[in-house]
Amino acid sequence: MNTLLVIATILVLALIGFVLGRRRIIRQAEGVYSRLHSLPTYHGHFVALWCAVPALVLLAVWVPLEPKLAMSAALSHFQDDIGIAANLESIKTSTLALLLQVPKDATTIELDALRSDQLDLLRTEIRNMADGTASTGHAAFMEEVASVYAGFRDISTILMVAACVAVAGLGAGVAYSRVRPEMRARNRVETAVRWFMILCSTVAILTTLGIVLSLLFESMRFFARVPITEFLFGLHWSPQMAIRADQVGSTGGFGAVPLFAGTMLISAIAMCVAVPVGLLSAIYMAEYADSRVRAVIKPCLEVLAGIPTVVYGFFAALTVAPLFRQWGESIGLDVSSESALAAGMVMGIMIIPFVSSLSDDVITAVPQAMREGSYGLGATRSETIRRVVLPAALPGIVGGVLLAVSRAIGETMIVVMAAGLAANLTVNPLQAVTTVTVQIVTLLVGDQEFDSPKTLAAFALGLVLFVMTLLLNIIALHVVRKYREQYE
Amino acid sequence: MTYQQPHTEASVSYPETTAGSPLVAGGVKVAARDANVHYADKHAIKDVTLDIAPHEVTAFIGPSGCGKSTFLRCLNRMNDTIDICRVTGDIRLDGEDIYDRKVDVVQLRARVGMVFQKPNPFPKSIYENVAYGPRIHGLVSHKDELDAVVHGSLERAGLLNEVQDRLESPGTGLSGGQQQRLCIARAIAVSPEVILMDEPCSALDPIATAKIEELIDELRQNYTIVIVTHSMQQAARVSQRTAFFHLGNLVEMGDTETIFTNPEHKLTQGYITGRFG
Ligand SMILES: Nc1ncnc2c1ncn2[C@@H]1O[C@H](COP(=O)(O)OP(=O)(O)O)[C@@H](O)[C@H]1O
Ligand SMILES: [Mg+2]
Repeated sequence: MNTLLVIATILVLALIGFVLGRRRIIRQAEGVYSRLHSLPTYHGHFVALWCAVPALVLLAVWVPLEPKLAMSAALSHFQDDIGIAANLESIKTSTLALLLQVPKDATTIELDALRSDQLDLLRTEIRNMADGTASTGHAAFMEEVASVYAGFRDISTILMVAACVAVAGLGAGVAYSRVRPEMRARNRVETAVRWFMILCSTVAILTTLGIVLSLLFESMRFFARVPITEFLFGLHWSPQMAIRADQVGSTGGFGAVPLFAGTMLISAIAMCVAVPVGLLSAIYMAEYADSRVRAVIKPCLEVLAGIPTVVYGFFAALTVAPLFRQWGESIGLDVSSESALAAGMVMGIMIIPFVSSLSDDVITAVPQAMREGSYGLGATRSETIRRVVLPAALPGIVGGVLLAVSRAIGETMIVVMAAGLAANLTVNPLQAVTTVTVQIVTLLVGDQEFDSPKTLAAFALGLVLFVMTLLLNIIALHVVRKYREQYE
Repeated sequence: MTYQQPHTEASVSYPETTAGSPLVAGGVKVAARDANVHYADKHAIKDVTLDIAPHEVTAFIGPSGCGKSTFLRCLNRMNDTIDICRVTGDIRLDGEDIYDRKVDVVQLRARVGMVFQKPNPFPKSIYENVAYGPRIHGLVSHKDELDAVVHGSLERAGLLNEVQDRLESPGTGLSGGQQQRLCIARAIAVSPEVILMDEPCSALDPIATAKIEELIDELRQNYTIVIVTHSMQQAARVSQRTAFFHLGNLVEMGDTETIFTNPEHKLTQGYITGRFG
């Protein structure tokens, strides 16, 4: 709360700095703006930046540091005065003594000798008491320690406000005094903006890097227990492991091939639905439909993209799968009630708008001049589409399809609900298969130990999934870029 | 020979028989009578009546937006591809009404080829660009014949020497002038009778322009050519006859020399002497 207030104050100061800086340079210009190196606005921004940035940096350092310093002050007070008999006594009579396991005949408490969880407990106690919330027992001495903590914090807050305002004012003052017609305010402001953008992109990059590294390290832990070759090439997947020695029937098999195969099978079925339907509707929309028809169809397809995947999921599990089973039985086929076909078909329908809108974009991006050139030679519309428009748009379409594939591979909800858990190694779409994403979900649902191979396997599967979709995306983006270059 | 202003209605009267009487000596390739074009509400071409003689270069000149392209595109029904465009009146190729229901627009466009303002080769090889037309019209039955047509067309478009050893490389990799000659070769490959060119040099540098103009002069032996141009010098250099359009009207049409030296109409005179446009 206090922090927000300080930020608001700094921003108000910056605004004032902006106005003053601008006014000063306008006055200095005496109406001859060509004398200025930079426009007045840049001088305003220059002052505002000098006002806000150092103060905000100070704030960003201070805020996380403040409780730490306050706590170490409180703890050192605790350590210094615990030797006083009355203080120790008051603790011994409170529940804290139990939690800290203070012996009856103790003469002091050595903080260094406490276990880390006990120390954490003590810290929480101090913090809670300072905030006036629940505590374990109001030992008089602890109240005293907590008041040290609270007092330090209060002083620190006041100091922080003062320091931030001072730094803001100082920065603004220095910048203000440097506002001169010949000052290169524009270059400086632009440099600052550039650094800010670099900072933002660094955050994005670091986050990605962090996720990838954690995937990598956890996977390594998994591969330390299960050989990577078994994982990548093994044909047997049954991740249930015996937790207690006397359990039976769970040996733990981590051969992921059935999962990859299942993922591929379902994705392939999905693409068999999505590519023809999506591509043909894109061609229709881009080349044949007049604007009124287009105005109806395009939003309809987009609605398809807006349906939550969980809805597709139960649609697949409760409507499509039983339907397929019925049909199969009526013609004497044995269709599993969780067939790959049902999950794949519904996933394909989900992906249609993906394929159609990307293809629509690239088809419309083929220059009208290409079509006119073809019509001018006496080609019909369908000849023009087949021989000129589609070949020209093909790389873009391929890129779109690859993106759709990576979407299909990563899709989770539909397969969790409709594809089943049995890790069958089969290419028969009428049987139940399972996918990488489904297994990740089942491995992590419920209470888990975080370092059993079963849980760690999820990271390894995630890593494989990540590498697969990453490769597909890289290829797709590359292809799409190639296509763009062709027309620029 | 000159025209009276067609839009002053009483001034010209044609027989009801749609063929009309020829307005040029020595045969008529394309004849338009009272052609009108509307883009939705916009009246872009107003009662245009003119004849185009075979084996001549006819130039359409006039200020921007006066309807030169629109009228040109009526001659091979390219306007059919624009939804809001409506063409009325009577336009004939060799005496046959091209807007008749029975006419197959595909065949019409094979007879009346077109070259566009911006070179628009297909993103295919040079060879495939030229082979495109013959292929879709089934004009050739085997590869040797196709080779011959492609080479012949490139030759006549004056491009063969420059691209002979790279027929398989993409047409889009050529220079602007070469691309435009490739488009001309592509049009020639279906053996059209008429070639329409809509400002074919406006995207080209002077040297490439000179080459195309030279080419147009040669092509006149075998084809009837209609060229829209912004440049009056170009019209004077390449054409035998010139039509001047203004705000959708055909103001005046006649021998190029007459139009440029002794125009009938004040508007034409103004445009030619650079007073407007
Ligand atoms: N596709 C179109 N839709 C609507 N109006 C058009 C279209 N094409 C041309 N026009 C209009 O028709 C008139 C003639 O255009 P155009 O034939 O391109 O002129 P020019 O080629 O002589 O510069 C212009 O006023 C233009 O705005
Ligand atoms: Mg034009």
